[in-house]
Amino acid sequence: MKGLKKKIDSVKPQFEKGGKFSKLHSVFDGFYTFLFTPNETSRSGVHIHDSNDSKRTMIMVVIALLPCCLFGMWNVGLQHALAIGDTNHDLFHLFFYGFWAVLPQILTAYIVGLGIEFIVAQIRGHEIQEGFLVSGILIPMICPVSTPCWMLAVAVAFAVVFAKEVFGGTGYNFLNVALVTRAFLFFAYPSKMSGDNVFVSVGDAAAVDGFSGATPLGQLAASSGPAEVLGVTGNPLSYADMFFGMYPGSWGETSTFCILIGLVILLATSIASWRIVFSGVVGGVLMSLLAHNFATPLYPVTYLTPIEQLSLGGFAFAIVFMATDPVTACRTNIGKYIYGFLIGAVAIIIRCYNTGYPEGAMLAVLLMNCFAPLIDYCVVNANINRRLKRAAVKN
Amino acid sequence: MAEIIRIKKGLDIPLSGNPSSEVTADKKTTTFAVCPDDFPGHVWKAVVKPGDFVYAGDPLLKDKATQKIVIAAPVSGLIDEVRRGERRHIEFVSINRDPEKSINKRQRPSNEDELKTLILESGLWAMMRQRPYDIVPDPETVPRDIFVTAFDSAPLAGELLTDSLSQWLEKGLETLASLTKGKVFLGVRAGSGITSKAAEVYEFEGPHPSGNVGTQIAAINPVNKGETVWALDAVTAAKIGKLCETGELDYTTTVALTGPEIKNPRMVSTFIGASVSTLLDGELKTQHDVRIISGNVLTGVKVNKEGFLHFPYRQITVINEGAEADEFMGWASMSPKKFSVKRSFPAFLRGLSKPFDFDARIKGGHRAMILSGEYDKVFPFDIYPEYLIKAIIAGDIDRMEKLGIYEVAPEDFALPEFVDTSKIELQKIVREGLDNLRKELS
Repeated sequence: MKGLKKKIDSVKPQFEKGGKFSKLHSVFDGFYTFLFTPNETSRSGVHIHDSNDSKRTMIMVVIALLPCCLFGMWNVGLQHALAIGDTNHDLFHLFFYGFWAVLPQILTAYIVGLGIEFIVAQIRGHEIQEGFLVSGILIPMICPVSTPCWMLAVAVAFAVVFAKEVFGGTGYNFLNVALVTRAFLFFAYPSKMSGDNVFVSVGDAAAVDGFSGATPLGQLAASSGPAEVLGVTGNPLSYADMFFGMYPGSWGETSTFCILIGLVILLATSIASWRIVFSGVVGGVLMSLLAHNFATPLYPVTYLTPIEQLSLGGFAFAIVFMATDPVTACRTNIGKYIYGFLIGAVAIIIRCYNTGYPEGAMLAVLLMNCFAPLIDYCVVNANINRRLKRAAVKN
Repeated sequence: MAEIIRIKKGLDIPLSGNPSSEVTADKKTTTFAVCPDDFPGHVWKAVVKPGDFVYAGDPLLKDKATQKIVIAAPVSGLIDEVRRGERRHIEFVSINRDPEKSINKRQRPSNEDELKTLILESGLWAMMRQRPYDIVPDPETVPRDIFVTAFDSAPLAGELLTDSLSQWLEKGLETLASLTKGKVFLGVRAGSGITSKAAEVYEFEGPHPSGNVGTQIAAINPVNKGETVWALDAVTAAKIGKLCETGELDYTTTVALTGPEIKNPRMVSTFIGASVSTLLDGELKTQHDVRIISGNVLTGVKVNKEGFLHFPYRQITVINEGAEADEFMGWASMSPKKFSVKRSFPAFLRGLSKPFDFDARIKGGHRAMILSGEYDKVFPFDIYPEYLIKAIIAGDIDRMEKLGIYEVAPEDFALPEFVDTSKIELQKIVREGLDNLRKELS
């Protein structure tokens, strides 16, 4: 590696102020720090530091997402095979079908998002921040497999610029970037984001008889009473199917099992807050129980049991990977309980009682993103009041 | 039976190079110095010039405003140098020790005013700190309470109280009690068996920063707006006791030579302000690319070989600088040598309490505050550290007050700074915040 380092160091001056490529300084710097961890030593304060940094944190989140991502690719292949009646269910056959189907989306998200990050970093003269490493993989995973790349590009550009960079970049945004992308797609191109034809990649082949590409929650929202949720070929879905995620949906978020693997990684590395996840699940379960108790044909989703509610759709994914985004969540411990609980409850409320939106997790998280600063404000104020009460000198 | 307070939030950093209890006498050091920057809150004026002869206990520096607070010579001898930096700011005053000259005994004080003057002139006053602002206390104030800590929980710190000094502690606490209308609190390590009649004793259990006086104040009786407390360590308290009882000045100190780059980590007895070069003569594993810290790795002062032991530290830590290490894709590292409280490196599999060889690299890039709750885990105060830091950065005086800046000193933010993923210089921010606040309110 010494040779590589030498070579890069020799071209470094050209990227610095006054150099030939000084306009690419941030980009160069980004790649440089990616290849070689900076050997900057501490100048003030503590002399030693914990080894964890922002890059490592983001990489750990991406690793936590991998099980969902790989499973999602396989599931895309599986749903495709079921839809066209292909009996070849070989693991790699299915996986690579899904892989090639979603690869363009992943590339689009990264190229557009990182491109904007690079440009903004250069304009501001900042180091490139790695927040988008996570957003870039999250975004395609929460979109239907058939989302056209150009739409994704527009949405990513909108979200990165207006939800993040205008506020100052990673660490300053108050809305989750991936969810803003998803919400933009949902409201700007509704026909491509919901319905029966977007969640399964059928391709050029003809679909089998009885094929329906509707997601479980989509089917329920369209039904008029307690209904069985069906797979793409019309077979009823078992609890195992729901838990392991073998049903159509936004491709990265269907498998509760893989999400749990990711959760273990996030909790072990203290990146996600267990408080948010715990209270989110509690909120979701309580609200589903309540809804289930007062189930009515007017709102057919209320017939789902709490286990089904947690296993289906994007609920689990949103709680584990979206609600725990440290930048947009509550920062105080008490706030985290309230924030998580409300996300869980609101997600189920939207899911059950707003038939226009079959899935409420996205909107619930975005809504609570907006309220997170208020919750924190109240918690911090309680601390301030406690302090004031103790003080002899008022005001 | 003293009340036991258990500190749960904190961290004992497993740095290698723990000192043995062996104490050797330092016979080599001839140059000693005091650095006025170690005594914050006042502008210091030199009252000696190079070539002057001073006895130990004679004033070297006085505070410009009142001329009452003194930084005293730790040894007798000829003034070697008054080193000045930018804008004639005094960096240190050094003395070539003359071991033949003995110290004069002081008169025992007969009343409170004489007592104050005695402590001020002995230089022991400057070794106390006042909260808020973490500065040398103003002699005119009467503190609400006085807090004394009897142990140092910082990484690799040695035992604070030596046997020869501990006999004077009770007298010191008695003396301190006459300086306040409130109480004197003594914070001791749980199970140490230290008792006192003059002071209220609290036993502290748990990881660093349980020995920091700031942690103890917060646990016993936090500082509120409009209140002033004083803080000092048991060594200073015992020296005050010895001075008042016998009239003898004591400027000896026991220094722990610690850290992964020290051959034989142990204790050395010498005088305050000893020159680092002689203390470390023949003690280093390697001469190349090391960082010498006067103090502990969290709050100490970086010095070079020409540097001196800084106050209040009784420790020298030597670690690898690490500036020459180029790490290829460090963020993907699977190295078991990397310590992280977050378990994001495989080192947690071998146990995070076994010693690690830390170096001085910050191991990442500076970022905005991203992860939440990181600081809280190692910050045992009823304060929201992230919010306080943001208020300080924003320069919002009103909010700083409300969020509890009066209760903290920079050293309280050392552990949050260590664990910070975003590598923010928290202690520097807090120091600047305290200085700004004091300027605005004075």
